[in-house]
Amino acid sequence: MRALLLVLAVLLSWAASAGELRGTGDLGVVVERATGSLLVVETTGRTALGRVEGLGDLSHASVVFGRDGRHAYVFGRDGALSKVDLLEQRLTRRVVQAGNAIGGAISDDGRLIAVSNYEPGGVRLFDAGTLQQVGDVPARWADDGRLSKTVGLVDIPGRGFAWSLYDAGEIWVGRFDDPARPALRRYPNVGRLPYDGNITADGRFYLAGLFGEDGVALVDLWDPDAGPRRILDGYGRGEEPLPVFKMPHLGGWAAAGDELFLPAVGRHELLVVDRRRWAEVARIPVAGQPVFAVARPDGRQVWVNFAHPTNGVVQVIDVPSRAVIATLEPGRAVLHMEFTPRGEQLWLSARDDDAVIVLDPWSLARIATIPAHKPSGIFLAARANRIGQ
Amino acid sequence: MARTAALAIALVLGPALAAAAEPPAARQAELLHLLEQDCGSCHGLTRKGGLGPPLLPADLDGKDVAIIALVILEGVHGTPMPPWKSELSDEDAVWLAARLKQGDVP
Repeated sequence: MRALLLVLAVLLSWAASAGELRGTGDLGVVVERATGSLLVVETTGRTALGRVEGLGDLSHASVVFGRDGRHAYVFGRDGALSKVDLLEQRLTRRVVQAGNAIGGAISDDGRLIAVSNYEPGGVRLFDAGTLQQVGDVPARWADDGRLSKTVGLVDIPGRGFAWSLYDAGEIWVGRFDDPARPALRRYPNVGRLPYDGNITADGRFYLAGLFGEDGVALVDLWDPDAGPRRILDGYGRGEEPLPVFKMPHLGGWAAAGDELFLPAVGRHELLVVDRRRWAEVARIPVAGQPVFAVARPDGRQVWVNFAHPTNGVVQVIDVPSRAVIATLEPGRAVLHMEFTPRGEQLWLSARDDDAVIVLDPWSLARIATIPAHKPSGIFLAARANRIGQ
Repeated sequence: MARTAALAIALVLGPALAAAAEPPAARQAELLHLLEQDCGSCHGLTRKGGLGPPLLPADLDGKDVAIIALVILEGVHGTPMPPWKSELSDEDAVWLAARLKQGDVP
């Protein structure tokens, strides 16, 4: 009798899932770093659809999406690359490809996954379908064969990737028409300790933030022979830097109109940069060491979160006036923020409240609270269609 | 030179630091949370390393508790390791250093 009921239940649930067609445009994932799981969420009803477990050490994990918006590729700190099906809410493939990894990217044609590794330092390439390794670019930077940790890996137009060498102070750009024999371009001496990198939304400019000095290294991918340029040189010269209790992310910089909003390192400020001249045009004092600055997709607002001990605060900046117009305390230990693609919702993870909180960025009201285990990164599937995401 | 100076400071401070009292239980819980979540951002949630070096007992072998505590409090100049002295007392740092060395961390 019990067996019969079980069979019936399985058949019913199968019929239910098979009968429901759905798209992925309103789906996303939340990294639950302590439990090594992903929460699959949807932004229409603002609910969690399910949980995918068994992803390993997800401290500092990041996610990119296949071009179908259905598959999420998860880069774990323990070197694992996992592929998750959002519709079936299950782990479909997983490889442990290195000892210690920091993030990854997917090529413009959706066929190559690149992973940035600390140990062994370098970038490895994988077939997006099978996760089989198809290429390896060790970050060799010294005559003795030492390998540098790699950071700031992004996809660039033309089946390529760009990344930075943390220990070596270099930027590398690679084209991977043949992943086994990439066409590499090295830019040495870009500055000390590049800690993260990002690319403008049009895929033209690659920027690497420098920890070892005040400044940002810039490569114009439309003019590769021009080499790296330094911008924002010495933005804090003569001032004693404040302690940085969490590395800021350039991955979350904000582009609003012709301006970029970057977290300053060691200062409680956002730097506003005119991206036509690559010159600093303003500094906005904020509540603490900024970690992420994210622009609402219409570019009217920039939202900022902070490092310990200010990580319960989120500030909202009005772009035209460059004024802080709201200081919120939406939850404890706010680690990450993500706007829905049209900007009508802001999702944020409140780690110490074990919750994902959804705010209306217009009224600043809380519109949903979704329980999650120590949530960190939030990644919506709309990223599938954007360069550098 | 910097290392010699640090060592000299450690030798002077060492006995004082080593004599520091244990933080109360509630503070210990906060410190372990900080260790996992905030130190973990750079050193890994399981302290196997990341942008920062690994902090497992084998990695700390041969390093004195006072030196480790000093690194926590003062940071390492020229690297992303910040000085935590605005957030942590001497006794907090010594307690954390001892836990790390023993691997006595959940």
